[in-house]
Amino acid sequence: METNQVLETIRMIEEEKLDIRTITMGISLLDCIDSDGEKARQKIYDKITRLAKDLVQTGKDIETEFGIPIIHKRISVTPIALIAGASGDEDYTAYAKVLDRAAKETGVNFIGGFSALVQKGYTTGDHRLIQSIPQALAETERVCSSVNVGSTKAGINMDAVAEMGRIVKQTAERTAAEQGLGCAKLVVFANAVEDNPFMAGAFHGVGEGGCILNVGVSGPGVVKRALEKVRGQSFDVVSDTIKKIAFKITRMGQLVGHEASKRLGIPFGIVDLSLAPTPAVGDSVAHILEEIGLDSAGTHGTTAALALLNDAVKKGGVMACSHVGGLSGAFIPVSEDAGMIHAVEAGTLNLQKLEAMTAVCSVGLDMIAIPGDTPAETISAMIADEAAIGVVNNKTTAVRVIPAPGKKVGDTVTFGGLLGHAPVMAVSSSSASAFVARGGRIPAPIHSFKN
Amino acid sequence: MKAILTVIGKDNVGIIAGVSKQLADLQVNILDVSQTIMNGYFTMIMILDLSASQEKFAGIKKTLADKGAVLNVQIKIQREELFTSMHSI
Repeated sequence: METNQVLETIRMIEEEKLDIRTITMGISLLDCIDSDGEKARQKIYDKITRLAKDLVQTGKDIETEFGIPIIHKRISVTPIALIAGASGDEDYTAYAKVLDRAAKETGVNFIGGFSALVQKGYTTGDHRLIQSIPQALAETERVCSSVNVGSTKAGINMDAVAEMGRIVKQTAERTAAEQGLGCAKLVVFANAVEDNPFMAGAFHGVGEGGCILNVGVSGPGVVKRALEKVRGQSFDVVSDTIKKIAFKITRMGQLVGHEASKRLGIPFGIVDLSLAPTPAVGDSVAHILEEIGLDSAGTHGTTAALALLNDAVKKGGVMACSHVGGLSGAFIPVSEDAGMIHAVEAGTLNLQKLEAMTAVCSVGLDMIAIPGDTPAETISAMIADEAAIGVVNNKTTAVRVIPAPGKKVGDTVTFGGLLGHAPVMAVSSSSASAFVARGGRIPAPIHSFKN
Repeated sequence: MKAILTVIGKDNVGIIAGVSKQLADLQVNILDVSQTIMNGYFTMIMILDLSASQEKFAGIKKTLADKGAVLNVQIKIQREELFTSMHSI
């Protein structure tokens, strides 16, 4: 082992904020289905608290021994609409509450899977779950919710798109005292993935095994620092530099994932090759784009820079681990990224540019505060636009916007912690209500005659 | 279990002696040592074998960190796999 390699690793962790962003235990709840809701919830609580009882401690032990921070320990479960649909219950808030209790008992900071998959149509359970979301998120602290409204194979369910606009609004209103915090825990997806370890969109898909461990890595600061050393050099060098550093970051994710799954006695699932920023200085994806040569994220050239970054991270990471999955792409949440916040405040980054950026990276319009009086139809139309980008380009996209009650453009919404703060961004004042009111489905796109 | 110990700080009399003595007290075997002055800082890396030690990893880590405070250097200990996995294919 060479001295400079040892010191490089230590510097990456200590100075450049390299960390494992999350280890997420995926738990199938399919065997908890019961026609009696009370019984189902008891089974859910018992199963989660049994399987995940050592998750947090195991994460802490690994942190101690390897000296690498593991920021989050989390749980994802089978979409609750599938579980609760078998019961006669009409309001699923009680299911969210039992997930919240299980999260608190096991010590995880978020549990994902208060979810429904309605890309093609609704079951009764899906309807009830979606209707329960505002109340469920208002009455729980750690539960995350997601709804998949479109897929490349099925097209876009515009009834669900219309409904989710209203649900996002209601969720903001029910959590108005916390500036609409509930919306930070609600993601509307197209092409949702089944093994995503990142919140708020994590759920444990039905194609997954009984219990697995997925890992999400991070490290925007490390990439930024590596690029500082190749200033002025060609894009070939930029791409190679990102690939090499992504390889190293991912190796760490693979190591921690294997170690954790061995200790917990469950199979290792995937490493999600994502660059996940935090509001901390030096942990920003926007700053990487600026290091590539842009004065400010959001200016012309941003989409190309982001496309290169996203692609190079995947190319470097894929060889570093046995199984890649999840979202695997750079995240561009506004409130969680110091550089993005600054770009919005400076007026160089707007919603239109963010939408363009989502065409080349994961995952979508993420953690964006919009005026509290934004009509539900406008939010639905934003969801439809994002879903269209995902469905046509065969990638995951999502919308996680916060119509902050009482706030207008220029105000700031503060969530605190890793959720950061968000300047309220302008949306178009032109109405899309007749478009949203049509309902029905946008058919799946053709995937031939590509041009 | 193998681990890598790094000691970084201002150069002073007795750093190697102090660290080695502490490791001997913990029944930790030193397999390899490299030491240099880098950018004016004392920098030492040791490869250790912890298998003979009765103490748990967390205990060893704490004892060494405390020793570092006494010697006015930063002492870290991490499992070797972290470094090998990152820097080798």
